[in-house]
Amino acid sequence: MNLLFIIMAPLFGALLPLLFKRTPRAVQTLITLAVPLSCIAVLLNYAPATFAGDVPKQFVEWLPALGLNFALRLDGLSLLFVSLILGIGVLIIGYAHYYLSRDDDEGRFYACLLLFMASMLGIVMADNILLMWAFWELTSISSFLLIGYWFHSSDARRGARMALATTGAGGLALLAGLLLIGNIAGSYQFDAVLAAADTIKNHDYYATALVLVLLGAFTKSAQFPFQFWLPHAMAAPTPVSAYLHSATMVKAGIFLLARFHPVLGGTEMWLTIVTVVGLITMLVGAYFALLKHDLKGLLAFSTVSHLGLICMLLGIGTEGAIVAALFHIINHACFKAALFMTAGIIDHESGTRDMRKLQGLMGLMPLTATLAMVVAASMAGIPPFNGFMSKELFLDQAVQQHLFGGLSWFVPILATVGAALSVAYSIRFIHDVFFNGDYKELPKKPHDPPRMMSAPVAILAIMCIAIGLAPMTMVSGILDVAASSVTNASTTVKLSLWHGFNLPLLMSFVAVVAGILIYAARDQLFTFNRQFDGQDAKHNFERIVQRISDRAAQLFDRLDTGSLQRYVAFVLISVIVIMLPSLIDLSAITGGKPQQPIDVVSMVGAIVLIAAAFATATLHRNRFVMLMMLSVVGLMVSLAFAHFSAPDLAMTQLVVEVVSIVLMILALFFMPQKTARASSGHRVFRDIIIASFIGGIVATLNFAILTSPAESISDFFIANAKIGGGGTNVVNVILVDFRGFDTLGEITVLAIAAAGIHKLLNKLKPFMPSSDVDGRPWHRIKHPLMLTNVANLVLPMAMMVAVYIFLRGHNLPGGGFIAGLIAASAMILQYIANGVDWVKGRFNVNYQSLMSIGVMIAALTGLGSWLFSKPFLTSWFTYLKWPVVGKWEFATALLFDLGVFLTVIGATMMILSNFGKMTTRHRPTYEGN
Amino acid sequence: MLQQHLAILPILIPLFAALLQLLPWGNRPQPKRRAIGLLASILTLIAAVALLVEVQQQDMLVYLLGNWDAPFGIVLMVDRLSALMMLITAVLALPVLIYGCYAEDNLGSHFQALYQFQIMGIMGAFATGDIFNLFVFFEVLLISSYALMMHGGGKFRVRATLHYVLLNLLGSALFLISIGVLYGVTGTLNMADMAVKIQSLTGDQAMLAKAGSLMLLIVFGLKAAILPLHFWLPQAYSTTTGVVAALFAIMTKVGVYSIIRVYSLIFGADANELALVAHDWLWIMGLLTLVAGAIGILAARDLRLMVAYLVVISVGTLVAAFSLSSAATTGATLFYLIHSTFITAALFLLADLMAFERGKTASRIVSGKKMANHSTYATFFLIGAIAIIGLPPLSGFVSKLMILESAAANGHNFWLWGAIIGATFVMLVAVTRAGSKMIWHTLSGKASEQSAPLGKRIALASLLSLTLLISIFANPIRQYTDAVADQLTDVDSYPVHVLKRAGGEHE
Repeated sequence: MNLLFIIMAPLFGALLPLLFKRTPRAVQTLITLAVPLSCIAVLLNYAPATFAGDVPKQFVEWLPALGLNFALRLDGLSLLFVSLILGIGVLIIGYAHYYLSRDDDEGRFYACLLLFMASMLGIVMADNILLMWAFWELTSISSFLLIGYWFHSSDARRGARMALATTGAGGLALLAGLLLIGNIAGSYQFDAVLAAADTIKNHDYYATALVLVLLGAFTKSAQFPFQFWLPHAMAAPTPVSAYLHSATMVKAGIFLLARFHPVLGGTEMWLTIVTVVGLITMLVGAYFALLKHDLKGLLAFSTVSHLGLICMLLGIGTEGAIVAALFHIINHACFKAALFMTAGIIDHESGTRDMRKLQGLMGLMPLTATLAMVVAASMAGIPPFNGFMSKELFLDQAVQQHLFGGLSWFVPILATVGAALSVAYSIRFIHDVFFNGDYKELPKKPHDPPRMMSAPVAILAIMCIAIGLAPMTMVSGILDVAASSVTNASTTVKLSLWHGFNLPLLMSFVAVVAGILIYAARDQLFTFNRQFDGQDAKHNFERIVQRISDRAAQLFDRLDTGSLQRYVAFVLISVIVIMLPSLIDLSAITGGKPQQPIDVVSMVGAIVLIAAAFATATLHRNRFVMLMMLSVVGLMVSLAFAHFSAPDLAMTQLVVEVVSIVLMILALFFMPQKTARASSGHRVFRDIIIASFIGGIVATLNFAILTSPAESISDFFIANAKIGGGGTNVVNVILVDFRGFDTLGEITVLAIAAAGIHKLLNKLKPFMPSSDVDGRPWHRIKHPLMLTNVANLVLPMAMMVAVYIFLRGHNLPGGGFIAGLIAASAMILQYIANGVDWVKGRFNVNYQSLMSIGVMIAALTGLGSWLFSKPFLTSWFTYLKWPVVGKWEFATALLFDLGVFLTVIGATMMILSNFGKMTTRHRPTYEGN
Repeated sequence: MLQQHLAILPILIPLFAALLQLLPWGNRPQPKRRAIGLLASILTLIAAVALLVEVQQQDMLVYLLGNWDAPFGIVLMVDRLSALMMLITAVLALPVLIYGCYAEDNLGSHFQALYQFQIMGIMGAFATGDIFNLFVFFEVLLISSYALMMHGGGKFRVRATLHYVLLNLLGSALFLISIGVLYGVTGTLNMADMAVKIQSLTGDQAMLAKAGSLMLLIVFGLKAAILPLHFWLPQAYSTTTGVVAALFAIMTKVGVYSIIRVYSLIFGADANELALVAHDWLWIMGLLTLVAGAIGILAARDLRLMVAYLVVISVGTLVAAFSLSSAATTGATLFYLIHSTFITAALFLLADLMAFERGKTASRIVSGKKMANHSTYATFFLIGAIAIIGLPPLSGFVSKLMILESAAANGHNFWLWGAIIGATFVMLVAVTRAGSKMIWHTLSGKASEQSAPLGKRIALASLLSLTLLISIFANPIRQYTDAVADQLTDVDSYPVHVLKRAGGEHE
């Protein structure tokens, strides 16, 4: 057996109740109980070592790179908490069995409870501070699930979220703090951190780290000003309140203070913050506890108050204070868990927790009342119960401290006030419920609960008495070791019920008397407090979240208008902002290359190009005119290519122009002929500025690049096209050989585009105009005779040209791409001239398959080289003597180009024919062809 | 034989699968297409695993296409980073495809083929060592994504697609211009070669290259959805079908990958005058993206929109953390990348399933009907929330912790700490609020009768289980990402591998 078991058992054990969901409830409870009991057995195995002063450890490597390891330790402090968690856990599970109603999902409850138990055990046993943080957050999650257990109630949901948000925020602060500490210490193992305590305390980031860690502790332990979440966590089932929100989880913050006391404690800052916060919390909590009418509300605030007390003791930080703090942790766990369970019993049996309705239950529930009185007396600090002793120690510390110089005398007075309030609300708990007149009608007629439901309360009550009477036998051993792990020095604790007549005793006496007086005057307090009604933290929380969310939505609505123009503007402005600095740094835009003289042809071409581009932009509202202008731009670009000796590009550009203009005119059929004026003058102005900048940037770059001398890989292509690629047309050899992989990619893009456009079209149902823009109906002759005849003539000629261009491509301008486009445009002409029906009747090719096969041919050509153990697309060529034609080259690149050719035809036709079909009764089908 | 061509298999397998799927296949083609798609995805996954094993043994695989020497021909350069990204893609693609095979693919034409084309494009972008070829594969993946995004049709979807298409066309134009600039200055397209050439640039030439590299940053930033180029993402991801959104979890990562690739290999610490040109921008824009994403999830009124903003947050985190440019932060960043890809994909699928079973209220964050598989989704949501927020013990916790821990404590890095921790808190509040409304706050009455197919739930569960596995096996994964980071830092090793060919001559 090893330490890991203590955590892993409940962690994986959490699945058990879920697995046994179908079994009777008693079985589920017993199985769940078996988990902590087995942990206790293992713990007993280790406890002697801890008592002997050793620290049993366990180390499992998890993430060395992060410094996060599964390292566990069981020092005195851990042992104290582990015992509390397991011991009270057992009692709570037993109690919950009777508490939950038949409709409640017991499996889910126990699963979450065990999960919580595992995470809590993890916090207190972690020997690695990051691991501790992981478990810390897990308690927040499991607490969230448990508070929200009855999620159909809005209180539960909101309470759960508020608790998670508060403790979660604190947890994140804690994480930052721990990371800082680890960074300073150079390790996240606790021993290393402890060893680096002095370095940490003198480090520049000490104050930051301390504040962050304290934020974690204070949120978790509901210290002022974070006390607000705890009362709302009471929406949880009572066993959860008893376990998490009084006995264990809220003590995690206290545990953290104790754990880090040797590392961070003892400085002026620690003393001031922790003590003051603790003191304020104690008073605020006690005051509100008195005012609550809800039993669980009272207990919740009293928990806040007692946690404040412990916190204050840890702030003072002397050996005596620490012993007092640890002692009070035990005592508080005992009496508060018992009180919560009592409140649960009263609620369960009577149907209400409202003290204004409850009264006189003494006669009906004598056993419950007796037990309640014992534990309440302990809470109030009445001898001979355990609560008395730790309170005496606390008052003693309050008297002894000298933290605030001349104002130190304030502390014992305020401590006495706190004690008095504690007495007052303890009396209220007992007197209002069990006495205060005769029993009144309640939702249910209460009686004592089943014996087994009272048993956990009884056990805790007995503990309260036993510790009170025999503190040395009961707790001194564990306090010794626990205190020595907090003070980092061996400690021997001396406890006794009777300290003789001294100042603390007097303060206690004053507190009891004052408490009775305050209780007697409670009505005045209630009246006074009524002025502050209507302040509900839960609603505030919800309101704040709602408001932030609304603000965020407003901000986004303003920023993200859903306007494409705006998005484009953002992109272009980003380009301008990011590029201007480096362009400004450019010393000159003309590089060393001599510039060519400007000839007339180029001049005229450039002027036409600029004018056409300008016209396209200014005339864009008349769509047809704009298309014409655009085609002029395209034509000029093609001519420019031709003029600057790039015939391949010129040819490609020319055919692409034809095909795309046809496509756009088809699209125009479905669209209004004119674009409405959409932009305001301001926006046009803005857009002109953006566009000018972008144009200027691109022009600058272009000019600078073209005029700067540079060596490039293109020399290699020119040198190797013939000898390596077997072709004299360098452009084509680049396309089908040197960079054939790019071409394969691009024809794939073409095929995808065709498939995508088909996908879009067969879902669209556009409006089909029956007349032109001026209201004239379409001409009755759809297929003019002249066009039909010409088209029929052109087709075979175009096909021949296409084949010719294709074949010569490797050596002269041409190639598969251009040839494919030529063939496709001739076929489109058929569609235009003769209509879909006519073409379908004569030429029924599945274009989709054609393009797929085209790409496949290209890809398979590439694959062929694998047979010769060469990489994909390795080419091969030879010269063969053919009959009739003579010597002719055969290259695998030609096969590749054939694939390109077929793909281009297939894809172009698939796009255009489907678009064309939109205008006819042949709607594009789902499958496509 | 396949061993020798391993580097290109993840590109060719989906290509051939997609081409086959485009063929007619008779009267009931869909089952056959699904079979082809699933088989291809499994094969791609196997190839990706094999690649990852291979690069651990021999640093990087260089594949000379057409057997032309670098820098003249195109090379595939599968280093550890590429292999990792390819494996992430393959692991993501399989469960998402399985999910899609449950009739999601019947909502429009060509889903199966486009899906494979999409994978091919992504794989190619990760594998290539040539910047123009990267552009080509960007086109492949973009054009497939245009078509996939409008899968299922509908006015809003087509509108979002239109925005997406036009913005990306703009991006492609800028990409082409910047490649032109870089080619003009360096005379090469091969990335490793370009890295060598960039090192020796000075004066105006360096300034031109800088201009080109920053324009490239806009292109990749648009793809990755960095502020202020992220506007397309929430709208697009929240209107498209769940299965496509889930696949697109990898798409922003293509942008992030390209940023990592280009700004560590070409414009990395060794680039002399051009060293780390983009890192200041990445730092600031990354942090702002994080903040914008956090505000976004607060504003979101729809679960899918919320997940889309969670994607934005993850991008901001990745970019800001990467800009710290130490080996440790890069290792942590890549770990986070793995985590965030899978978990955001899973959340998109979950939102889709919940929307389906909730019926009229769909994925809006309001209380609605009890779902048919309510407790299953409640569990899924819990797991997903814990993982994405970054709470223990799942992968989000480990990966965020890694980023914070690797960014050493100093004044500069505290901004990152603050942004990440702050965003985590916002996520905590917003995601629990959504869960509370949609899962806990159900209307009384009968549960919904629409029940999603079991197979979809299993596909989602398998994606979700990755978050636990990543956490358990965090150490070996981190060791690998650290090895990736080391390799990225060692810029000089790239030209050595890529520009010296192993042997053999061209015929």
